[in-house]
Amino acid sequence: MADPILSVRGLSSGYGDFQALFDVSFDLAEASVLGVVGANGAGKSTLFKSIMGLLPRGGDMVAFRGKPIGHVRSDRMARLGIVMVPEGRRLFRSLTVEENLNIAADHGRKGDWSPRRVYDLFPILGEKRRQQATQLSGGQQQMVAIGRALVANPDVVLFDEISLGLAPIVVNDVYAALPKIIETGISAVVVEQDVDRVMKLADSLVCLVEGHVALSGAASEFTKAQLTAAYFGEEPA
Amino acid sequence: MNLIDAIVQGILLGGLYALFAAGLSLIFGVMRLVNIAHGDFIVLAAYIAMVIIQSTGMNAFASLILVVPLMAALGYVIQRFILNKTLGDDLLPPILVTFGLAVVIQNTLLTVFETNTRRLSAGPIETASVAVGPISLGVLPLLTFAVAVGLILLLEVGFFRSRIGRAFRATSDDPATAQAIGVDTRHIFALAMALSFAVIAVAGVLLAVRSNFDPFSGPARLIYGFEAVIIGGLGSLWGTLAGGIVIGVSQAIGAQISPAFQTLAGHLVFFAVLAIKPRGLFPRMD
Repeated sequence: MADPILSVRGLSSGYGDFQALFDVSFDLAEASVLGVVGANGAGKSTLFKSIMGLLPRGGDMVAFRGKPIGHVRSDRMARLGIVMVPEGRRLFRSLTVEENLNIAADHGRKGDWSPRRVYDLFPILGEKRRQQATQLSGGQQQMVAIGRALVANPDVVLFDEISLGLAPIVVNDVYAALPKIIETGISAVVVEQDVDRVMKLADSLVCLVEGHVALSGAASEFTKAQLTAAYFGEEPA
Repeated sequence: MNLIDAIVQGILLGGLYALFAAGLSLIFGVMRLVNIAHGDFIVLAAYIAMVIIQSTGMNAFASLILVVPLMAALGYVIQRFILNKTLGDDLLPPILVTFGLAVVIQNTLLTVFETNTRRLSAGPIETASVAVGPISLGVLPLLTFAVAVGLILLLEVGFFRSRIGRAFRATSDDPATAQAIGVDTRHIFALAMALSFAVIAVAGVLLAVRSNFDPFSGPARLIYGFEAVIIGGLGSLWGTLAGGIVIGVSQAIGAQISPAFQTLAGHLVFFAVLAIKPRGLFPRMD
C-alpha cells in the first residue's frame, strides 16, 4: 500500500475528565474512502473533532502525508487541506447559501472547487444561493455543508453523519454526490450509522465501540454480519 | 413648542448615546462580551485627545487622526492578549476582567491627571447654532448625530457587504465551526474590539468637546450606552441608535418637567421598555 495521506496513531481524546477515545489508530489511503461505523456514543464525532483540533490531541497522534500535525490549530487545518462536514451541518445561520460557501473559500486553498462548481454539483443550491442557508430543507442544508467543505479545495474531507435527520430519499440524493466528489481525487473519511451504505461506498472500514477500535481492515474482508456484530460490541465469531 | 424643541434636542442627544453604545453593541454581537470598562475607555480616549491637543496644538476634531488608530490598536492588543483568554462558555470571566480594567483605568487617570474636570476646546463650533423655524439647533449636537448615523451605517454596510464582515457574522453565529473552516477567531475577536475602540475614540472626543470630564466620568457613559443597547435589542446596530434616541428624548422631556428629573427619566423609560419588551425594540439575536 502507498503511504497513507492521513494516519491516526494511538489517538486518545475526550472532554475534560471524560475520555471518549482510547488508543485509536487507522490509515486513510490516498484517493480512497474510509468508513467509520459505530453506535451512538462510540466516539465517532469525537474522533473527527480531535483530528480537526477542536478537541485536545497529542502532537504525533495525527499525521498528514507523513508529517505530524497534532500540534496544528483547528483554523489552520483547512489551509493544510483537511476539512470537515460537521454533524448537524452547522451552517452559519445569518449568512446566505452563497456567503456560507464564500467564507469557506476565503479561508481555504485555491483550486478547481468554487461556489460555481458546487452549484453544478447541486443545481438547487444555485437557485437558492441568495437565501439564508438555514431556511433551506434539511437535505439542501446538507448540500451546502458539503459544498462549504469542497470550496476549501481539500485533499481530505471528513464527513460526519451526513444522513442524520434526513428522509431516506433525500439521503440517496446526498450520497449520490459522494462518488463524484471522490472521483476528483479527494480522500474521504465517512462516519455513518447505516452499515449498508458505508459498505457500498468505503474501501476500508473501522468500527468503533466505546472509544476503542473493535474492527478495522479492507471493506472486502468483512461480511455485513461481522460488521454488525462488531457494531453492537459482540466478540468476533 | 417647548415639547417639540425638547424632542428634537433629545433626538440629537440620542446620537451621542448611540455612539457610546455602538461599540458595546458590536462586541456583544460578535463575541457575547460585555465590556464593563467601555465608559472608562471613552474617558481614556478623551484624555489621550487632550494630551495630543496640548502637545501638538491640533484642533480637537483633527486629533481623531491620531486618537482613532491609537485606540483601535489598544483595543486589538487588549482583546488579543487579555480578553481572548477569558472567553468561553461562561460569561462571567470577561465581565470580571473588564471590571478590573475599569478600576485600573480610573485610578491611572486619577494618578496622572488628578481630579480636575477637563474639557476639550473645538473653537466657535461649540456654541454655533442654526435656526430651523422656531427651533435653534446646535451645530455640535447636529454633527454628533450625523457622525453617529454615519458610523452605524458604515458598520452595517461593512458587516453585510465585506469579507471581514462575513467573518464577523460567521464567528458570531458559531465560533467553533468558523474556526474549523479556517477563520482565526482570536484575530476576528481582536479586530472587532479594535473597531469598537475606534468608535470609542470618536465618542470620547465628541463627549469631551460637549461636556466636562474627569477620571470618574466613565461609568455613567457605560450606563447610557448599556441602556441604549438593551432598549434597541441585542445585536442590532440600528436598534442601538433607536435606543440612544429613546434615552435622549426621555431625558430631554424629563428635563422639561424638572431639571433634576432629567437623568432619572431616562432610567425610568429604560425600565418601562424592559418591562414591556424584555428583548428590546428590535431584537435580532436568539
